[in-house]
Amino acid sequence: MSHHIIEATDLHFVYPDGTRALNGVSFRITHGESVAIVGANGAGKSTLLLHFNGCLMPTGGSLRVGDYPVTRETVGQIRRSVGVVFQDSDDQLFMPTVFDDVAFGPLNMGLPPDEVEKRVASALATVGSSHLAARPPYRLSEGEKKAVAIASVLSMAPAIMVMDEPSSNLDQHARRALINLLRTFEHTKVIATHDLDLAADLCERVIVLDEGSVAADDSVRNVFGNRDLLARCHLEMPLGMQRCPICSGGRSDAVDRSPGRE
Amino acid sequence: MHMADALISPAVGGVMWAASAGLIGYCSKKVRKTLDDRRIPLMGVLGAFIFAAQMINFSIPGTGSSGHLGGGMILAILLGSHAGFLTMASVLMVQALFFAGGGLLALGCNLFTLGFFPCFIACPLIYRKLAGDSPGVVRISASAMAACVISLQLGAFFVVLQTFLSGRSELPFGTFLLLMQPIHLAIGVVEGFATAAVVTFVWKARPETIHRAPAGEDRPPVSRRTVLAVLLVAALIGGVGSWFASTRPDGLEWAMFKTSDGRELPVPEGGIHSSLAGLQEKTSLLPGYGFRSRIGAASDEAEAAWPAVDTGTTVSGLAGCVLTLASITLAAFVLRYWRRVAAARHNPGGTQ
Amino acid sequence: MSHHDTRTLGYLDRLSELDTPVHRTDSRAKLFTTLVFVVTVVSFGKYEISALIPFLLYPVVLAALGNLPLNYLAGRIAVVAPFAVLVAVFNPILDREPMLVLGGLRLSGGWVSFISIVLRFVLTVGAALILLATTGMNRVCHALEKMGVPRVFTGQLLFLYRYLFTLAEETVRMTRAISVRTAGRSNVPVRAYGSAAGHLLLRTLDRAQRVYAAMCCRGFDGHIRTMRTERIRSTDILFVSGWSALFVLMRLHNVPRILGRLFMEAIQ
Repeated sequence: MSHHIIEATDLHFVYPDGTRALNGVSFRITHGESVAIVGANGAGKSTLLLHFNGCLMPTGGSLRVGDYPVTRETVGQIRRSVGVVFQDSDDQLFMPTVFDDVAFGPLNMGLPPDEVEKRVASALATVGSSHLAARPPYRLSEGEKKAVAIASVLSMAPAIMVMDEPSSNLDQHARRALINLLRTFEHTKVIATHDLDLAADLCERVIVLDEGSVAADDSVRNVFGNRDLLARCHLEMPLGMQRCPICSGGRSDAVDRSPGRE
Repeated sequence: MHMADALISPAVGGVMWAASAGLIGYCSKKVRKTLDDRRIPLMGVLGAFIFAAQMINFSIPGTGSSGHLGGGMILAILLGSHAGFLTMASVLMVQALFFAGGGLLALGCNLFTLGFFPCFIACPLIYRKLAGDSPGVVRISASAMAACVISLQLGAFFVVLQTFLSGRSELPFGTFLLLMQPIHLAIGVVEGFATAAVVTFVWKARPETIHRAPAGEDRPPVSRRTVLAVLLVAALIGGVGSWFASTRPDGLEWAMFKTSDGRELPVPEGGIHSSLAGLQEKTSLLPGYGFRSRIGAASDEAEAAWPAVDTGTTVSGLAGCVLTLASITLAAFVLRYWRRVAAARHNPGGTQ
Repeated sequence: MSHHDTRTLGYLDRLSELDTPVHRTDSRAKLFTTLVFVVTVVSFGKYEISALIPFLLYPVVLAALGNLPLNYLAGRIAVVAPFAVLVAVFNPILDREPMLVLGGLRLSGGWVSFISIVLRFVLTVGAALILLATTGMNRVCHALEKMGVPRVFTGQLLFLYRYLFTLAEETVRMTRAISVRTAGRSNVPVRAYGSAAGHLLLRTLDRAQRVYAAMCCRGFDGHIRTMRTERIRSTDILFVSGWSALFVLMRLHNVPRILGRLFMEAIQ
């Protein structure tokens, strides 16, 4: 299915104040892939993500999402197929109640009320937050907020899920729950993150950004196994791959299995 | 300087409500027509910022007291008159509902004093004129200070006017004015300082935020003539309204007081005269305005409210009040008990 | 707003989520009844005390039926009284003409009007607090919208309320960080004020931008759509008409005076 692909060709972006955030980024993400975008602070991750559904428009090069190039004319179509989960859930949950928030997208798509209700119910059930529907978002825990933020995107039934730092601000338990939840999704997933363990857990492929360019685009094993590349891009090997004697399982979730932890 | 429900009469409250409602409608139309969608979250979040900013107090040197940002002026500077007024209106509404800053009826008055003056007078006519197109730090500070002081002076004057026209307070117009204006000069200087400090900081950090006057704000949002006309009409309606209120029920008594040498004309007990008077007193929505110096007979007004002096009626009045209070308290206890029983039946075993 | 106010905000917000007959009443019905109540109370003459007392029935009954803590509400009202009381306190000084004689005590007109103002204050402020504690900001906004207030206004009122909590938290963190470096004083030094409040403003502007981006991502086109199905039921109509009728009756007839007269007749 061609409408699940993202293809960037020599993508450039310069902010109005002159900051060059992207300098010729190219890649192709195909249907059903899970791709992690990693890089140090200021490498251009968030800027890139904002292009995926037309919040920012390329200042040079081109970006195709599904059947459409990203332009002002196609933004409406693209936003139906790409769901973005923001880093700070408080930015994403702006409506008075959880229900209103999850219903916001479907209502804007012009769906009839009973269909909206069905979608909200199923999205909340998927993330296990049905009991929160009537609550105001400012009274949720960070983990609950993140789950609801994901539900608010799921209710629009996007083909592609784009996530910015999904595990930031989450405690160990909430982080593990998030990883398990994301594993069940069959969407094409693009995850920008500092949490390399999460990337190693969830993704097959990693795109490393460094100062606005692609420094590497390869399998998880190849990228995270390459100490020189990681050092050059100011990154560190995921704990789970460091084979350290303490977390000897060799997988990051060994931390959670150790006694005394939930 | 939030006006309170308890200090205003329905006439003044109603007029100010109508004026403010009209302004909200007008601004909403303008905002919808001229501005981009971006403004909708921006206005709301900036409104929340006003509350948050009021949590940051700075100590005023040499006085031991502290000050904080007021709000109206900075909203007008950042958002322009129309969006600024709407945002200030929502700030005041939250204050009225949560912190009982004023009250629901006084909301109209407060919108006018704290929203209209900074957004429609002080910011477009003073701040923007003084700050001009290419301001520096000093010029921005001075303009913000001047605009804040003037808008607070106007506001304070209006509060005094509203209080006076409502006739709930005994303070003479002049005395109250002499009390309020200097206090609000001080408050204006403090608020001017806070506004100037924030605006210059943002101007240095991100000049484009301050520099670019919001779309369609190059000219004052309404012509000076319109502003004057609105003020004049408000003053006229308020003035005439309360003049009516002061003359209709009381003026008659005043005339009688004059003619009958300080004693009220004997009114036949019962009969059509007294029942008419009773009806008028009961249906009047603009009751007993207190221009006491003109009317001169306090007890006349008191007559209707509480049959005084005669000890017999005073005792019966007191007994009545006590009985009323007792019944209300009893009602509260019964209702509470009933709720608890109902809740226990609804949710057996659960704690209430 | 002080830190104490943020707690108030949160507490009232929580109260509004209770489930009682009063909470279930339609928001428009409650808003309208509150307005009728306030106008009626304010319409009394300045020397009125006795006829105002029966109006306590409305807040007391609503608080009781709505499971609201009366002593908490009373505390809130007392905290916010300053301006009204400050202005009213001049009445006893300026108006010394005796008006009431209670036993040996002569009460001047000023004291009578002072008591009247305070009573009005308790009633009007109490009614507003109860409206909020039984309805919640979101439903009040919804009611306003249904009653014809422009959407541009109600929409941003909702945003304001939503981000009040988030920004308050942010500010608490910031002032805490400042007080750590100013030997624990709660006030910010004058020099630091501009940058403290200015930083908060810049962060707020950034947040507004991110919120807007998040809205756009989910198809925002200038209209905020919600699904609300609050329907006016017969009990709501009964609520409005019953209370309004009672207010008018209590406006026309001085209940304590009638009760007092009956009482005196009974004991004689």
